[in-house]
Amino acid sequence: MSDTHAQTAAFVRDSMIQQQDPPVSQSGAVKWVRENLFSSWLNIILTLASLWFIWAALSHLLPWMLRGIWQADSLAQCRAIRDELYGPDVSAACWAVITERWNQLLFGFYPQDLYWRPVLAFVLFLVAIAPVLFQGLPKKMLGFSLLSPFVIFWLIWGGSIWGPVAIALGFVVGWAVTRYLTPVIGVLPGVIATILAPIVYWLLVAAPLAGLLQDILPLGITPVGSKDIGGFMLALVIGVSGIVLSLPLGILLALGRQSDMFLINKVSVTFIETIRGVPLIVWLFTASLLLNYFLPPGTNFDLMLRVIIMVTLFASAYIAEVVRGGLAALPKGQYEAAGALGLDYWNSMRLIILPQALKISIPGIVNTFIGLFKDTTLVMIIGMMDPLFLANAIRATTDWNGVYWELFVFIGLCFFVFCFSMGRYSLFLEKKLRREHR
Amino acid sequence: MATLTDPPEHGFRLGQLIYDTRYRSLTIQVVAMILLALMMSWLVSNTIQNLAALGKDINFGFLWQPSGYDINQRLISYDSQATHGRAAVVGILNTLLVALLGCILATILGVIAGVLRLSSNWIVSRLMAVYVEGFRNVPLLLWIILIFALLTESTPAPNAFRGDEPTSSMFLDAVAVTNRGVYIPALHFASPLSQNGAVTWGVILLVLALSIFAITRIKRWATATQEATGVRPATWHYTLGLLIVPVGALLVTMGAYLDLPALQGFNFAGGTHLRNSLIALWLALSLYTGAFIAEIVRGGILAISKGQSEAAFALGLRPSTTMNLVILPQALRVIIPPLISQYLNLTKNSSLAIAVGYMDARSTLGGITINQTGRELEGMLLLGLFYLVLSLIISAAMNIFNASVKLKER
Amino acid sequence: MKRTVTLGALAVAGLTAAGAAGAATLDDVKARGTLNCGVATGLPGFAAPDANGVWQGFDVALCRAVAAAVLGDPMAVEFVPTTGQTRFTALASGEIDMLARNTTWTFSRDVDLKFEFVGVNYYDGQGFMIPKALGVSSAKELDGATVCIQTGTTTELNLADFFRVNNLSYEPVPIETNAEAQQQYLAGACDVYTTDASGLAATRATFEAPGDHVILPEIISKEPLGPLVRHGDSEWGDVVRWTLNALVAAEEYGVTSANIGELSTTAGDNPEINRLLGTEGELGAMLGLDAAWAKNAIMAGGNYAEVFEKNIGENTPIGLSRGLNAQWTEGGLLYAPPFR
Repeated sequence: MSDTHAQTAAFVRDSMIQQQDPPVSQSGAVKWVRENLFSSWLNIILTLASLWFIWAALSHLLPWMLRGIWQADSLAQCRAIRDELYGPDVSAACWAVITERWNQLLFGFYPQDLYWRPVLAFVLFLVAIAPVLFQGLPKKMLGFSLLSPFVIFWLIWGGSIWGPVAIALGFVVGWAVTRYLTPVIGVLPGVIATILAPIVYWLLVAAPLAGLLQDILPLGITPVGSKDIGGFMLALVIGVSGIVLSLPLGILLALGRQSDMFLINKVSVTFIETIRGVPLIVWLFTASLLLNYFLPPGTNFDLMLRVIIMVTLFASAYIAEVVRGGLAALPKGQYEAAGALGLDYWNSMRLIILPQALKISIPGIVNTFIGLFKDTTLVMIIGMMDPLFLANAIRATTDWNGVYWELFVFIGLCFFVFCFSMGRYSLFLEKKLRREHR
Repeated sequence: MATLTDPPEHGFRLGQLIYDTRYRSLTIQVVAMILLALMMSWLVSNTIQNLAALGKDINFGFLWQPSGYDINQRLISYDSQATHGRAAVVGILNTLLVALLGCILATILGVIAGVLRLSSNWIVSRLMAVYVEGFRNVPLLLWIILIFALLTESTPAPNAFRGDEPTSSMFLDAVAVTNRGVYIPALHFASPLSQNGAVTWGVILLVLALSIFAITRIKRWATATQEATGVRPATWHYTLGLLIVPVGALLVTMGAYLDLPALQGFNFAGGTHLRNSLIALWLALSLYTGAFIAEIVRGGILAISKGQSEAAFALGLRPSTTMNLVILPQALRVIIPPLISQYLNLTKNSSLAIAVGYMDARSTLGGITINQTGRELEGMLLLGLFYLVLSLIISAAMNIFNASVKLKER
Repeated sequence: MKRTVTLGALAVAGLTAAGAAGAATLDDVKARGTLNCGVATGLPGFAAPDANGVWQGFDVALCRAVAAAVLGDPMAVEFVPTTGQTRFTALASGEIDMLARNTTWTFSRDVDLKFEFVGVNYYDGQGFMIPKALGVSSAKELDGATVCIQTGTTTELNLADFFRVNNLSYEPVPIETNAEAQQQYLAGACDVYTTDASGLAATRATFEAPGDHVILPEIISKEPLGPLVRHGDSEWGDVVRWTLNALVAAEEYGVTSANIGELSTTAGDNPEINRLLGTEGELGAMLGLDAAWAKNAIMAGGNYAEVFEKNIGENTPIGLSRGLNAQWTEGGLLYAPPFR
């Protein structure tokens, strides 16, 4: 065989050559760099510009951050330490302000020996929202979730335990009316009674009842006033209560906006558009400057409560739009099927439509919450002690007057960590829900 | 409730108002209306009582009283002897200015960042991701403060331009970047024809608009010619001429000249002064909103099926052309509705101007005026109305635009 | 979660619907057991919370004195930080009982805004601070300067008037807080910083190089800063007014926190001191307070001089001299009416 070949071909390979690595330019890091960074002139320019930008930013930031001084009592001392270590006019962060005022940034002026209470409340809050946010947890935990607002409220503000208990009983009253009275008097009177009975109870019975119970069995912890609550705790309290309280209102508004009834529809639309058309800062000023004008003469409750009311109204308009999106995303068949089963409006909403619509809306609600949480920084402008306010207050003390970037960088980082993780969760949920719908 | 009405004769039972679907919605609406009216009257009567107790009244007369304070950035003439009403108008114009500038820059930034985030260039897409997440997850107020401080700290004071060996110098002797803002040349008119600045600018804009109209006509003619003959006539020289000659001639007749900023006394004098407060607010609003717009743009592009870009590549289009001619026009339909709400957000967020001392409507009407006159109810009402009307106008305008680019199904 | 508070508050509101104006603030404060006192959100030397969250400062000391006089406990104060914008509404709405937030006593605030200034705890005036390097020695040379001002105060009105009267031009840079204004000024974003002279001194004290900045000699306005209460509640106004007077009088008569224990146990030679400290006469009862009211007030932080020296005096970083705020016997304006 080989002989014949030798005449027709100059060279014949008679053995396989060793397998070789691909050329350097077509493999590994080099290929990756060429394809991803330098594939065209535009890309080369972009890459170089990005590298320059990153270098410029880091070369200023990193030395400043890493040289940071962690232990000092005042800015003057910080500067002295810096002069000693690196010489004057070298940029070095003074992180000591964070280490010294860390508690204040987190809790405001909450009594230091009671820090365990907000911490415990926060843990309880996490446990309470877990069954809402993650499926697959035992359904019994939902019972705890319903109970937790009262426990958390009690932990943060303290005082007699009977106050929250008396208020919680109002919901039991409402539930009892639905359960036992509605079959007797019919659906619509039943609904009205369910709404009216707890309100009457709260207005007339709850306060004396709490007082009575407190007299019989005094149980309570040190009360802490709203004015002592500040820092990230304040941001969380306003953000969370704003969202939680605005959910029912937001759902009602969304249903109202979908309603065929002319008046209900127009009222809902007007409310939503008015709230959304005016900046939150104007609403906050309304809460702080004007709300007292609209309430009966002599009414005066604390600023935090007024802000929470305003934030709740504000958030409810946004939640309404989110829920409306959820309602619109449901196939029409669901509404028709509910009707075909003979369910009336409220039952079809309660059993068929809302559970599905709300589930789709959770990412939107989480996003609304992130927005609201960031917006809580605006309460600084009306004199509440959010982290930015405390940054200003700290800078107003003679010790720390002149500190600038450290506080803002720290606050910004905290917000970033919190909002970013919430945002990731919302993305994760969106992906999961999308898959479920296929 | 409804039970208070007299029961009609012929077999109409009261229960029907509740149980008969023909009447039920009416019943509910009437009840709702009564409740609403009751609540409104309760609020109003409370307000009247409270105002009476404080010895105040509702009176908008303060708008015609002299304000007594100065405003640094004013688009119309104003001094401390002008009225509170005029101060409010100055503030409103400032709000509109920063909102308009912000919307434009935010859109540019957002589109660039959104497209680049999908770029194959690893480092660029990562950088854009950092930008988007960084701005989205930190409160805007903090960004405004930080950017303002950054501008103040990183740019030289006007002092640095002074002396025999200044540490900073002007760019081309025409632009000065200082920590009080950027001074750029201003266009002034020497001719007696242009006494009134507003009229002059109006005439210039009118001429410009006419030129642009003529250019579109030429383009249309070129397209028609191309369709008829297959050859597109060269039009660029017409376009250029139309754009430059009429406006240029007008400027010459008006005696236009450039007023360069120059160091004089404490500050630069002459030219146009873009204050740091405006720049900081503008940048912060644009960067913040741009991050949201980038996500919207990215979502819009991802929503276009891959077949579209593959088809475009199969036609031999370059990536940039594919993006401009195939992907973006389609993505626009997905992008525009959320974009509208971002514009609205930006406009509303401009009310944070107080953090950098930018004198917008919130700072003048809702700030100093309320503070000096004690008319918080009236001031807040006017301020709220202004923002509401502005929001409604923006959403109406954008909805019309949205309707025009919507997929036309035939 | 906060539904409870809402309903609780509404219930309370329904039960105790008393008018805000004309109500007896003194009784409210006693019933509540704490004094709600409006202060600045943070001004060095005048009001700022320390690391433990305890408010310190010159204005804060007055709140504590009033709380001590009324309730016997200088710590029974809820401090409500108010901004330039929210302060008057907070007082008008009854959210705070008194406002001690370096507020200038002016005609329109007293008359038109329906407040009652009960006295002056600091005589101030608006001044200018400027870097030495600019070589300016008089405010009249400030033509064309960029001026940092705090918004929401009388400062911006005074400034407009001053430059108008002197026919000078200027560029105002309005800033929300003192800390922000300081940062802008130091960076050179404005040539001049103007606010009350006390504030200028307090701010300059914290600079890295205080010597590089001068405060110009011109004081362009009268700024009598004082505590104020709601119009129409004279009893409460009297309490605050005379607490302030007690601090001033105590300095005049040489009553200090050091010797007050001794002076108040038995009636001494000076009948004025005796009446002040309640060992003689019934001044306390006339105010609706107990006899030791002034003693408690003075014990809270010392007399006027002690409060001054501790918070803003020459030995503090703020380093203010007494100036106009010296006793009338020493050429100042402090002049407490007689206690009889």
